[in-house]
Amino acid sequence: MVGLKFCEKLITRSTEFEIIIYGEEPRPAYDRVHLSSFFSGSSAEDLLLTPSSWYEDNKIRLHTGELVTKINRNEKSIQTHSGKKDHYDILVLATGSSAFVPNIEGVERNGVFVYRTIEDLIQIQAYAEKAKAATVIGGGLLGLEAAKAMVDLQLETHVVEFAQRLMPRQIDEDGSAILVYKLKQLGIHIHTNKSTSRIEGNGKLEGLTFSDGTSLQTDMLVISAGIRPRDELAKNSGLNVHQRGGIVVNDFMQTNDENIFAIGEAVVHNNMVYGLVAPGYEMAEVVVRQLVNDQVKAFKGFDMSTKLKLLGVDVASFGDAFGEVSGSIPIVLKDSRNGIYKRINISSDGKHLLGGILVGDAAQYNLFHQMVANKMPLPNQPESLIFGNPNKTDESTGLKSLPDSAQICSCENISKGDLVRQVTQNGVFTIDGLKKSTKACTGCGGCTPMVNDILKITLESLGHKVKKTLCEHFDYSRQELFDIIKVKELKTYNQVLDSHGKGDGCEICKPAVASLLASIWNEPIVHQSTIQDTNDRYLANIQKGGSYSVVPRIAGGEITPEKLMAIGRIAQKYNLYTKITGGQRIDMFGARMDDLPDIWAELIEEGFESGHAYGKALRTVKSCVGSTWCRFGVQDSVGYAIFIENRYKGLRAPHKIKGAVSGCIRECAEAQSKDFGIIATEKGWNLYVCGNGGARPQHAKLLVNDVDTETCTKLIDRFLMFYIRTADPLTRTATWLNKMEGGLDHLREVIVDDKLGICDQLESEMKGLIETYHCEWKKVVDDPELQKQYKHFINTDETDPALSFVEVRKQMLPADWGK
Amino acid sequence: MEILNQLRTHTAEDIAEIKIWFKAARVSDFPENGGACVKYKDLQIAVFNFSRRNEWYACQNLCPHKMQMALSRGMIGSAEGDPKIACPFHKKTFSLLNGQCLNGEEEKISVFPVKVEDGFIYIGFTR
Repeated sequence: MVGLKFCEKLITRSTEFEIIIYGEEPRPAYDRVHLSSFFSGSSAEDLLLTPSSWYEDNKIRLHTGELVTKINRNEKSIQTHSGKKDHYDILVLATGSSAFVPNIEGVERNGVFVYRTIEDLIQIQAYAEKAKAATVIGGGLLGLEAAKAMVDLQLETHVVEFAQRLMPRQIDEDGSAILVYKLKQLGIHIHTNKSTSRIEGNGKLEGLTFSDGTSLQTDMLVISAGIRPRDELAKNSGLNVHQRGGIVVNDFMQTNDENIFAIGEAVVHNNMVYGLVAPGYEMAEVVVRQLVNDQVKAFKGFDMSTKLKLLGVDVASFGDAFGEVSGSIPIVLKDSRNGIYKRINISSDGKHLLGGILVGDAAQYNLFHQMVANKMPLPNQPESLIFGNPNKTDESTGLKSLPDSAQICSCENISKGDLVRQVTQNGVFTIDGLKKSTKACTGCGGCTPMVNDILKITLESLGHKVKKTLCEHFDYSRQELFDIIKVKELKTYNQVLDSHGKGDGCEICKPAVASLLASIWNEPIVHQSTIQDTNDRYLANIQKGGSYSVVPRIAGGEITPEKLMAIGRIAQKYNLYTKITGGQRIDMFGARMDDLPDIWAELIEEGFESGHAYGKALRTVKSCVGSTWCRFGVQDSVGYAIFIENRYKGLRAPHKIKGAVSGCIRECAEAQSKDFGIIATEKGWNLYVCGNGGARPQHAKLLVNDVDTETCTKLIDRFLMFYIRTADPLTRTATWLNKMEGGLDHLREVIVDDKLGICDQLESEMKGLIETYHCEWKKVVDDPELQKQYKHFINTDETDPALSFVEVRKQMLPADWGK
Repeated sequence: MEILNQLRTHTAEDIAEIKIWFKAARVSDFPENGGACVKYKDLQIAVFNFSRRNEWYACQNLCPHKMQMALSRGMIGSAEGDPKIACPFHKKTFSLLNGQCLNGEEEKISVFPVKVEDGFIYIGFTR
């Protein structure tokens, strides 16, 4: 790989060189890093780094299957095992390494393999067909990669490590313990602190005996106990090699022969062998720059920080992982329940992060690595980086200390520095201004929360007081307006704007106030339709092309055959596209605006009501079939889901709310990804809160366990009402909790322990909302005046001529966005 | 798509050049503080009733961002006092005074003069 990278780099810099490659293996260079993917479906062909034609296209002469056995340094030529001779001006040795095979008795038996080349893999694959159990000797990076391959081959997999711990070069004992725990959950047997003394068997191997007298039966063995640089050619040619193996090079990758360079795993630089690909590529760069004599630089060692996913488990180590710098202070989080280990080493003066280890959750790796690389100052309580609420750390204190070069908007490649400069130098003080001047957030929009936070932090740093006001028309936060509207008994948007705002409002404050009015008074929103977001204004979801979708409520996902047929009939009549939604109901797309009242009249006639798919409101409560049908179910999850969905239907909130009820721990309803999720236990229900899918998925957190139905319902009442009262506009429950001082513990104190003494009030407010429920569509269907807005043109009954559809898979789809 | 092209070439009208005052609809047909769409020849015009300030504005119904006939269904408001419209699709906002996009790089939209006479709304066109 390193040899090929050298060629690639050289040909892009210069056409002066004639390149000739000799390689021992029968194939051109292939990707060893992803070798184990060979067992999960990749072919040897897939693993090639470049097609064979690449060499020809670039006028590189490639000789495969030719092992160079001799370098004649005096006449500058090489000779191969088949007797071929060739001349060189400059020679680059990228001979790599071989697997280190310890000298164990019986190592020659059939069924013993190394894990290094495609040829090794082909042999392993063939032998595995008649094997049940496989053992890997070596619990380092490569050993665990090999173990993954054994799991992919569906073998019972054992890993034997000589040291006290796994991955001894990357992680410490406690980190290893967590990794062992996670790997055991995946069915891999780990044996640490085991020295293999004999490989048992009669011809083929049957098992291992360890030096402590214990033994392990196995059908095949893969040895991955480390690498040995391939230095024999260099050694035979009189080049200096290290006593423990490896071609000795200086900072410019030169050997003791000025015409011979060496790069990659074959070399020893400053007493160190680099067994990773990235340092090898850097070495190639160092040599290429000398050859073309441009920006010559030295090899200064390499940051060995790594983050990888081993069998689905995050493992990362960065900087001074083991705290070897004198005076460094370790701070450790070890969570055996969730399988998470985090260690950070900070400098003795507490000012800088020196390095650390992450196992099980390496989401903070980039941030930490940046902090080490840029010597960024630590927060006053450095432990907050790994304890407490990680999201909170990420979003606020983390952002503050990010270097200016950190990329924030990946669509438009905008860095934190770009945004900060707009604020400090160009005087852009609003999010809209930033969007316009930098184009941040205009692609996928996923960075909007981060850009908002950066704006806020930067304004604060300039001494601006940042108040969470709704928009230019209201100097109040949503929570303040909630209290104002309630106490002053304001019922319309105009009353609120006249008494507490200025100007004519906008697309931000109108829907926010509309949501507050609905959450407080629950009067039909159709009477103030022009302050509603477009979906709430027309009680349907606007779709590409300007048509609307229709979603009747199907509580808990339970529906009778009669109602199913009614939906089918109505969809057919109005030529609607139908699709099952993620929330276990049926969405009908492509409705013309003027058809909406007629469609709903028919649906209501059949006993349906609004599903509120258009609103920032309760959407669905998903369920699995539970104890009614399922042999595993322990509670009636469908019955409870229907009860809950009907209880909160029509409830308006700062953002949409989704729930689910699962009938047992198997969790088929995916309740832990919902704003509130209920999972049945033998004794009652476990209640989880504040989960969501979306752009940043977040698991719901366990609020209480084993509560009865009545308690569970009461807690959801309090939870939802507390959320409605206190969240910022368009904030899902997950983000609301992430930003809450005190996090889940505080939430539990308020709604379970009633620390603030507001639970009675929350319950009675919820009761009021439940009692005033009405189906908005029934109001419209019953009132011809309200139907007047469902016309495309005000001065003619014609429909929108721009609406256009195409037929795909026997249904109507909208034409693509116009350009 | 021909209508769309026609609309895109429209520019803001100068009152002095107005040749046709098109009688669109009754004032009472429009929602308060909201808009509706008027058909004139092959054009779709969004007309907005700013009842709070007793003013009327009109612009093309087509949002230039994703070419959707939608502005009349959008939400009206003000930015530092000036009237604006937010498209219901992706909340691109446009000034109703000059058609300029206020939160993006979208093309300018056409705006048209509006007058109220005897309870009717008239929109001014040059042709």
